Amino acid sequence: MEFISAQDIYFSYEEIEVGKKVINAVDGVSLEIKKGEFVALLGHNGCGKSTMAKHFNEMLLPDKGKVFVDGDDTADESKTFDIRKKVGLVLQNPDNQLVASIVEEDVAFGPENLGVPPEKIRERVDSALKAVDMYEYRKNAPFKLSGGQKKRIAIAGILAMQPECIVLDEPTAMLDPSGRDEVLSTLIKLNRENNITIVLITHYMDEAVLADRVIVMDAGKILTEGKPDEVFSQVELLKKHRLDVPQATELIYKLRGCGVNFDKVPLTDEECIKMLEEVLK
Amino acid sequence: MVRDITLGQYYPGKSFLHRLDPRSKIILLIAYLVIIFCTFNYLSLLLVTIFTALVIAISGVPFKTYLKSLKIVITIVIITSILNLFYGTGEPIWQWWIISVTANGINRAIFVTIRIICLILASSCLTFTTSPTDLTDALERLLKPLNKIHFPVHEVSMMMTLALRFVPTLLEETDKIMQAQKARGADMEAGNLFTRIKAMIPILVPLFVSAFRRAYEVATAMECRCYNGGSGRTRMKVIHMTKRDAVGFIGVALIIIGVFICNIMMKKVI
Repeated sequence: MEFISAQDIYFSYEEIEVGKKVINAVDGVSLEIKKGEFVALLGHNGCGKSTMAKHFNEMLLPDKGKVFVDGDDTADESKTFDIRKKVGLVLQNPDNQLVASIVEEDVAFGPENLGVPPEKIRERVDSALKAVDMYEYRKNAPFKLSGGQKKRIAIAGILAMQPECIVLDEPTAMLDPSGRDEVLSTLIKLNRENNITIVLITHYMDEAVLADRVIVMDAGKILTEGKPDEVFSQVELLKKHRLDVPQATELIYKLRGCGVNFDKVPLTDEECIKMLEEVLK
Repeated sequence: MVRDITLGQYYPGKSFLHRLDPRSKIILLIAYLVIIFCTFNYLSLLLVTIFTALVIAISGVPFKTYLKSLKIVITIVIITSILNLFYGTGEPIWQWWIISVTANGINRAIFVTIRIICLILASSCLTFTTSPTDLTDALERLLKPLNKIHFPVHEVSMMMTLALRFVPTLLEETDKIMQAQKARGADMEAGNLFTRIKAMIPILVPLFVSAFRRAYEVATAMECRCYNGGSGRTRMKVIHMTKRDAVGFIGVALIIIGVFICNIMMKKVI
């Protein structure tokens, strides 16, 4: 059964005026996310992916259409609390998400709001910090940590609320490669081990490759969706909409154009190397 | 400049002071601050100074950090003590034109200096050994009776938590904006006071704009984490008074009695 389902939603940040053309940030999107899935929502800046994310936990309500989370309509105000408990949203800038001056107190903020008994909060905070490998930093001040560490604390803050789904808005933006690896491996671990549904919003193709399913958005609409290899094999379509494909995919695509025969497209460098080795034999 | 501000800094530790209930720490600090200003002779002043030194010693926080917190107020200390020096009453010891120094003035200057230093050190002791969340949590509990007259206790304490959390962030931002403006040729050091104040405008405007944007984002993030006011909220740390707090109360009570005895037995110096 689908966990989040959006049915033909429209959303605009502008005031609707008569006789003026309204630009929709989200322009008729329908999508479904299953329980336990790892979905990447891909697109370049301004394509409506962050706006989409805010619909998943009722931070925004669609102008038209409906969003259901675990069967509950997000337009129903009495369900707000339940929906936000189930779907945690990690925003882009970790600096503006950490509300307390000590790491562990910040992680405790979510469960405290949920009214969890004190001894249970302690357990949740400890296990959330361990899950993101930040347990030894629990007494530190957030502003003294690095960008990647802050992001992981922000994720732990959501994790401690024990949501069924975590939506992350560009969690790796502004991070260096090692910071990106830290965050991504944390996400994969959460998805595989704790069976948490992950919606990863990104504009990096290399990250989208890690997901079970990729949804590509452009100008407020869904361009294409499917398994990573299905999506990235449509190189022409992606190029036409100024989107990149992973470097490995592009190399094979170009070689194909020169007449070299490949039966499929690779997604990672390792796959690419293997395929090249086979051809060169 | 930014690095020197120690406001709201917390040094994690396990000392006696760290383990005291934050509520008793606040009450004890207030009582102690009052008693510092009730010292009227050198013996009681000495008593208070020794007690402050003792508290600093058991806090387990490096003495350097205390010196840092003093650094900011040093100008205030100097100005007030100089003013006090010339405002004494009685026979002048030294006179020049309309300025005169009396024995009373010298005493006053010494008292004011030591009192302010003790005041800053004792207050720093509280913020260094208590995490900001504990501090605001304790204030929320202490002020709870005010809820009856519809004073928004929880909201005020939440605002304080956030303010303390964002002090370093905003300071960092100010630093960044300053450097950005300097890189574009802004001159903040030259000119008289008036031009220098004017030069602050290109720093303050972007700072305010970004602070408001930040506030909006923080509010969104808090909503995402199910925050909806104080009702139904629990706390991770349950604070309760123990024997340790009794020891603290007895310690401060002894000092108060000591100061009063000194004041009764000995003559007032100021």
